[in-house]
Amino acid sequence: MIKAILIFNNHGKPQLSKVYQPYSEDTQQQIIRETFHLVFKRDENVCNFLEGGLLIGGSDNKLIYRHYATLYFVFCVDSSESELGILDLIQVFVETLDKCFENVCELDLIFHVDKVHNILAEMVMGGMVLETNMNEIVTQIDAQNKLEKSEAGLAGAPARAVSAVKNMNLPEIPRNINIGDISIKVPNLPSFK
Amino acid sequence: MSDIVEKTLTALPGLFLQNQSASGPAAAKASFSSRLGGLVRGITALTSKHEEEKLIQQELSNLKATVSAPTTTLKMMKECMVRLIYCEMLGYDASFGYIHAIKLAQQGNLLEKRVGYLAVSLFLHESHELLLLLVNTVVKDLQSTNLVEVCMALTIVSQIFPREMIPAVLPLIEDKLQHSKEIIRRKAVLALYKFYLIAPNQVQHIHIKFRKALCDRDVGVMAASLHIYLRMIKENSSAYKDLTGSFVTILKQVVGGKLPVDFNYHSVPAPWLQIQLLRILGLLGKDDQRTSELMYDVLDESLRRAELNHNVTYAILFECVHTVYSIYPKSELLEKAAKCIGKFVLSPKINLKYLGLKALTYVIQQDPTLALQHQMTIIECLDHPDPIIKRETLELLYRITNAQNITVIVQKMLEYLHQSKEEYIIVNLVGKIAELAEKYAPDNAWFIQTMNAVFSVGGDVMHPDIPNNFLRLLAEGFDDETENQQLRLYAVQSYFTLLDVENVFYPQRFLQVMSWVLGEYSYLLDKETPEEVITKLYKLLRSDSISSETKAWIIAAVTKLTPQAHSSNIVERLIQEFTTSLDTCLRQHAFELKHLHENVKFMKGLLPVDKSCEDMVVDASLSFLDGFVAEELSQGAAPYKPHHQRQEEKLSQEKVLSFEPYGLSFSSSGFSGRQSPAGISLGSDISGNSTETGLKETNSLKLEGIKKLWGKEGYLPKKESKTGDETEALPVPQENIIMENVDQIITKNDQSQALTQSKEEKEKQLLASSLFVGLGSESTINLITEQPGCCLPVIEAESTKNFQYSVQMEKPFTEGNLSGFINYQVMDTHSVQLEFSVNLSLLDFIRPLKISTEDFGKLWLSFANDVKQNVKMSESQAALPSTLKALQQELRLHVVDIIGNEGLLACQLLPSIPCLLHFRVHGDMLALWFRSSCSTLPDYLLYQCQKVRAWIDPQVPVPIPCFHPGLTRAFKAECFVSVFLSSRCKKHGKSGGDLVSKDSESPGHLCIVYPKTQS
Repeated sequence: MIKAILIFNNHGKPQLSKVYQPYSEDTQQQIIRETFHLVFKRDENVCNFLEGGLLIGGSDNKLIYRHYATLYFVFCVDSSESELGILDLIQVFVETLDKCFENVCELDLIFHVDKVHNILAEMVMGGMVLETNMNEIVTQIDAQNKLEKSEAGLAGAPARAVSAVKNMNLPEIPRNINIGDISIKVPNLPSFK
Repeated sequence: MSDIVEKTLTALPGLFLQNQSASGPAAAKASFSSRLGGLVRGITALTSKHEEEKLIQQELSNLKATVSAPTTTLKMMKECMVRLIYCEMLGYDASFGYIHAIKLAQQGNLLEKRVGYLAVSLFLHESHELLLLLVNTVVKDLQSTNLVEVCMALTIVSQIFPREMIPAVLPLIEDKLQHSKEIIRRKAVLALYKFYLIAPNQVQHIHIKFRKALCDRDVGVMAASLHIYLRMIKENSSAYKDLTGSFVTILKQVVGGKLPVDFNYHSVPAPWLQIQLLRILGLLGKDDQRTSELMYDVLDESLRRAELNHNVTYAILFECVHTVYSIYPKSELLEKAAKCIGKFVLSPKINLKYLGLKALTYVIQQDPTLALQHQMTIIECLDHPDPIIKRETLELLYRITNAQNITVIVQKMLEYLHQSKEEYIIVNLVGKIAELAEKYAPDNAWFIQTMNAVFSVGGDVMHPDIPNNFLRLLAEGFDDETENQQLRLYAVQSYFTLLDVENVFYPQRFLQVMSWVLGEYSYLLDKETPEEVITKLYKLLRSDSISSETKAWIIAAVTKLTPQAHSSNIVERLIQEFTTSLDTCLRQHAFELKHLHENVKFMKGLLPVDKSCEDMVVDASLSFLDGFVAEELSQGAAPYKPHHQRQEEKLSQEKVLSFEPYGLSFSSSGFSGRQSPAGISLGSDISGNSTETGLKETNSLKLEGIKKLWGKEGYLPKKESKTGDETEALPVPQENIIMENVDQIITKNDQSQALTQSKEEKEKQLLASSLFVGLGSESTINLITEQPGCCLPVIEAESTKNFQYSVQMEKPFTEGNLSGFINYQVMDTHSVQLEFSVNLSLLDFIRPLKISTEDFGKLWLSFANDVKQNVKMSESQAALPSTLKALQQELRLHVVDIIGNEGLLACQLLPSIPCLLHFRVHGDMLALWFRSSCSTLPDYLLYQCQKVRAWIDPQVPVPIPCFHPGLTRAFKAECFVSVFLSSRCKKHGKSGGDLVSKDSESPGHLCIVYPKTQS
């Protein structure tokens, strides 16, 4: 499970912090500081994994990070996550940000904190990896944005029109069309049909 | 990607300086939320933390006014929330906005609601009281027809939701499992998983729905359900064995590329899904042959398919290897997995190297030869610039430490320890060094010096068990009393010199250890008098850097030394100084010392020399005070009432309801405080956990004897082939053989690396040979033979001659080989040489030991070396009688007694090393507990037990030792190997190692040179 996701810049200033464990406010700040301290002194040519400090939770936990120009992306995970898998998840996250913001930069992360959180929420939910397909995430975000925008634009319109838009559903994403042939259905469980 | 970021970011400083009017996309974005932009710009421009604080506080007070103003629209509120989120992230308190975040989530339109939910999830934690206000909103949104709202509600539920309110939303979320949109189903599954984590009993009834989610037609939903299964299987794998087939089928389809192309990541089909499935399979197949067999094919397929072209395929490979080594072993797969580990370890990419080391650490218990293959890489990693790699390497070395390589490994660990500053690492490493030192220390000096290093570096952060165990070890000692005294003397001398060094600060714990040891064992010193020791301690006592707890230890040590000293000037000075101390504890100690000092004879009796391990007789009834009590009572004093009685009376007076379920709990006995001299109580603190440490030792890793269980014959054959050639060589001591083998490997490497071998490399190899010594060789034979060679008289035709030769086991081992050759000459022909060899196992030297239950009890208590192990049995085998029978037959144990579900068995290793076994059956577990006077015998016997698994699991074939029919096992009874040579022996076609005799009709003439033993 993912315990926390942190983004900070080269000066250790946090740009995004999302924790999936009930840490107190003070602990969160300490974690950010400690993590930055750990990550910052690493050279470029070393591995991307670190044993977490005492705060994050000792030997079972790990810090997995990537450094992009001025930003550090750090995922704190426990032993049930694959190190390399998380490393690629960070890559997917960054690529998704890049797609959503069209050449993402540090400023985007600060000014659109809420959007970044939304994107993250589509990838990781309650500490569990929800979606790893970039296109899928972007589609979801776009669809939501469209709906929100149309609603905001209709603010002054008659109530009936607003409710019509509100009840409009998200477009079905046609990615599982062929699923019938695949027979993911599990043969050994006839009772659950 | 990183290039792009870099490009954009280099333009950053310019953007900061530009005004909002500037053109360009980034500036347009900045103007969108201009006030946040202003804030960020302001903070970035500041230089000191203090200024930042001032600015943020100002911003927060502005925000406070805005959010509480009634005129603030929801749209403005939304913007305020974003700014609050930013402030809160920087670590400033924004609690005034929490309630407004909840309001926003309640009332806003989609966009505002989203920000409201986001703010709530960032601000509040699970048990925050305001969260209750959100429940209604969540329920409403879950019922909404708008998908976005439902999604938001599900997300917030999986992030934070009060446990006690789960019933309010549970049915709604369960309904969502049947929703037509897959994204909703997926999120619902994860929300339910969250509930499972925080309140497992509330979702028990929907386990069946999880199974439905696993069979969902959408792959995403299925993948989400794997999170739940991974968790549940980790907790209890046996309940989900029936799903193995399903997981295998799913993995097969994923690996086979049957998923839509959408799921590919860098043309690898659904890598994260594969990783998850492989983990689940590893958990399911652990120690379960039948389940494991189901997955062999798909694992093989996975290993084959994962072509090395991208990072993520390595992730899959790593999981594959992990799974292959977790499940019931299959040699083919193990071989492939071992190859994969090689790829990781040898990779130039550091991440992969790290994982390779991790994999090696994991498999080292099953297959130590793998470490031998990669020894040079491991040596290189020891000097790797990345401390994380170094640490992982040390972890690996820690697993392969034995008595032969301990000094080198500990030295490496200490080197690392001196460099690292992180507390977490120090605590961890110090514990490991102490554990290894205690277990394998080669001599006293080394042990004490290592422990000194541990104490001075580990200092006050290390686990308190370390000094306690160390002192207990010193106090209790081993079997050999002179050895113990030497160890103690060495410790005393070493501390004595350490205290001489000026201007060095030792950690408090170390000083405490020193003062205890000096107090107890200074009498062992020849030259230095107790006065000198007291002087030193007194000097230490006066230093400022010492905590009052340590001072108490020191005074206790002085107290112990005082009766041995002749002059007492310093003691008197100490008493004078500390009887006026402001610290009550120290003052108490000083007064105790003072009063004892007045009566030297009494003091000597009270503080005898070297009696720290003796039991103290405490008069718990305090009978010596009876006279005093009687006198007081007669003078009208109130009788004593125990604490709980007093409290009860007090309560009954107050007439308060008692909420305690089972009466009052009263504090532990009162007399412990009166136990007087501090020295004694310190000493008794330390002893008394001997059973615990015994357990600890057995819990820790034991490589010897276990390693060959599943491992393939990696290393031994090579050696045999080599030594087999040199039949004339004298039996070589064990160490030498191993060194030779290491050398062998090295020379192989050398040849491939041509002749350019620098001095540095040689050093590395030297290091390698000292590190990997003892690996993979623990089971070599330790047979001794005397008088090699003898001649038999001429044998008549058609007659039989017996030749008996005795083989004795010097040290226990698991398997060995006895080989030799016989030269004989049939009359008038040239001499012929016959080679033979016999495999011997430990069992050949084990005999039942017939003793009574009482004797068993006595012996049991007298033995120090014990090994415990729990073995799982299939249910049909769980009956006690069948187990007993198997033990009796297969291991030749004598059944001493059976008590209920426990059994006592005894055996001896010829000629006379007894070993006792106590075992107990509970459920399908069999708890084995061996004890013996020999330290290694229990391990080997346990290994034999595991090997003879027939009585545990009928599916495991019993390895039947194959003996040549011509060789009768005469040593069956008395452990004699007897070689029968009949003049009519038939020739046996088996290659090497069999006794061959030549068919000779004519009167023969056999000259038996001698059966020579080798390892």
